[in-house]
Amino acid sequence: MTSTEFLLWVKGTGFTLAIAVFAAGIVLRLAEIWSLGRKPDLAEAKGNANTAGVRTIFNRFIPDKGIWDRSAFIIIAAWFFHVGLFVVIFFFVPHILLIDSIIGLQWPGLPTPIVDAFAVITMVGLLAMLFHRITQPVKKYLSTFEDYLVWAVTFLPLLTGYLAYHRLLFSPDMLLAMHILSVELLLVLLPFTKLSHSFTFLLARWYNGAISGFRGVQS
Amino acid sequence: MPKNTLGEHLRQQGMSRRSFLKFCSLLASGMALSPALVPRIAQALEATRRPSVIWLSFQECTGCTESLTRSHTPTVEGLIFDAISLDYHHTLQAASGHAAEAAREEAMKENFGQYILVVDGSIPLDNPGFSTIAGISNLDMLKETAKGAAAIVAVGTCAAFGGLPKANPNPTGAVPVSDIITDKPIINVSGCPPIPVVITGVLAHILTFGGLPELDDLGRPAAFYGQSIHDRCYRRPFYEKGLFAETFDDEGAKKGWCLYKLGCKGPVTFNACATTKWNEGTSFPIESGHGCIGCSEPDFWDFGGFYEALSRPTGQTGKNAVYGVAAGTAVGAAVWAMNRAKKEEAVRGHEKLTMDELNREGEES
Ligand code: SF4
Repeated sequence: MTSTEFLLWVKGTGFTLAIAVFAAGIVLRLAEIWSLGRKPDLAEAKGNANTAGVRTIFNRFIPDKGIWDRSAFIIIAAWFFHVGLFVVIFFFVPHILLIDSIIGLQWPGLPTPIVDAFAVITMVGLLAMLFHRITQPVKKYLSTFEDYLVWAVTFLPLLTGYLAYHRLLFSPDMLLAMHILSVELLLVLLPFTKLSHSFTFLLARWYNGAISGFRGVQS
Repeated sequence: MPKNTLGEHLRQQGMSRRSFLKFCSLLASGMALSPALVPRIAQALEATRRPSVIWLSFQECTGCTESLTRSHTPTVEGLIFDAISLDYHHTLQAASGHAAEAAREEAMKENFGQYILVVDGSIPLDNPGFSTIAGISNLDMLKETAKGAAAIVAVGTCAAFGGLPKANPNPTGAVPVSDIITDKPIINVSGCPPIPVVITGVLAHILTFGGLPELDDLGRPAAFYGQSIHDRCYRRPFYEKGLFAETFDDEGAKKGWCLYKLGCKGPVTFNACATTKWNEGTSFPIESGHGCIGCSEPDFWDFGGFYEALSRPTGQTGKNAVYGVAAGTAVGAAVWAMNRAKKEEAVRGHEKLTMDELNREGEES
């Protein structure tokens, strides 16, 4: 298989499969969560569940003092990583064109050097978190194979993307193919691993906020 | 093999020493050789005997020959091309049919083991009748002619990688030369068509140094195909700044912004267009406002459309995402039903304690 054939496969069949699995996986997971269901709460509502739910989705972006005091390092690293990842995925022009091909929506991108800087920040954030994971005895003890796997499948698209943009080590078509393949791996694994928090965090936060809101307490 | 040398022949054609040296330096720079080698190239070319060249055309459009022979006023490339002893080329030769085949056989016999075989066009394997010359199938002719060749130059993307005939769904079962001939040195001069000076440059290299130029992993001369279009593109600063033409006639297009969004395949295409340029150095496609279509790469016809940005998937991803959602919904519904059934069973299995039972428990403890 030449690098062109490889690139053609990942751009064609490979991507189609990955997107189909990704879409199916997300819908399935949502259906699963939804079908767990909750019995109607017959108590009198002391506040609005929905507003509290939506509010909690946002205010959980800011860590509360107790958590901050205990884990400032991981919070900072994770923040940089998540913001960086968001920028890299959604503001790199070629990515926007790709998303447009799938869902038909476009928005303006950022100049490439800015995205590039974010890619570096994101990778540094990820490396810092890995370092933390393997140097903190308790965290290391709690870590499973899945934790390292999801770390790797998140890191790989960033690394290959960075190499592809800077055209380092391999030929550009090979790099692009490797980058796309690594993203396909991420897409396929995302719904079925801890990475699903990328969409379930909305439900979880909303739910936590909503039960508190219903009872009229702060979430 | 013809008696006169290349130098003699060129002088007969009226080529001045000056333009000859200019060609040699162009060649040296094109092949990334030191300028100090120019006199050596000139000397070697001067003294070399006109090599016998057999040119076979299979499933092709003659664009490669056109590229070489119709390049404007008589060019130096053209003259060098004339300088080889082209013993067989059925588009250019006067003879046809069996007379032409006789010429080919004669050239093969006379120069066995020494002639250069140039091939343009791909070879159909599904049915030998798809493409024949004087009743001989392309496959047979290639195999037979390759036997006595010193080297094979696969000119154009069809001969090098299969090209248009091999494009999905490849109705003739077309394959490139390298799929059939495996025991001869093959140089792939890809492009649709290839740059004329690259064709002659390769021939000149063989004449000057007696061997093959350094090749990349696709068998192309590294000197010409070593860098991507994107890496040498003068529009690159706009790519970096994120300034893209959105249509072929918008402000961005007028200002010469990057053509990535309009489908430019420059980032993954290796060729010398951006430096050597076309039409005697006038310009190259990107300079005239059209993105690179990637014509020197294998399977470029199947790359998802010339006007689709490189990052766009080639499959029908949107449609398949919908299928994915449908499949997810179906399985999700099944899971839902299972969960419900489980819950209902739990409710059914739930036994309520009566007051009596509670009292009894209280007494027992
Ligand atoms: S026009 Fe094409 S080759 Fe030039 S910078 Fe843009 S994408 Fe690269």
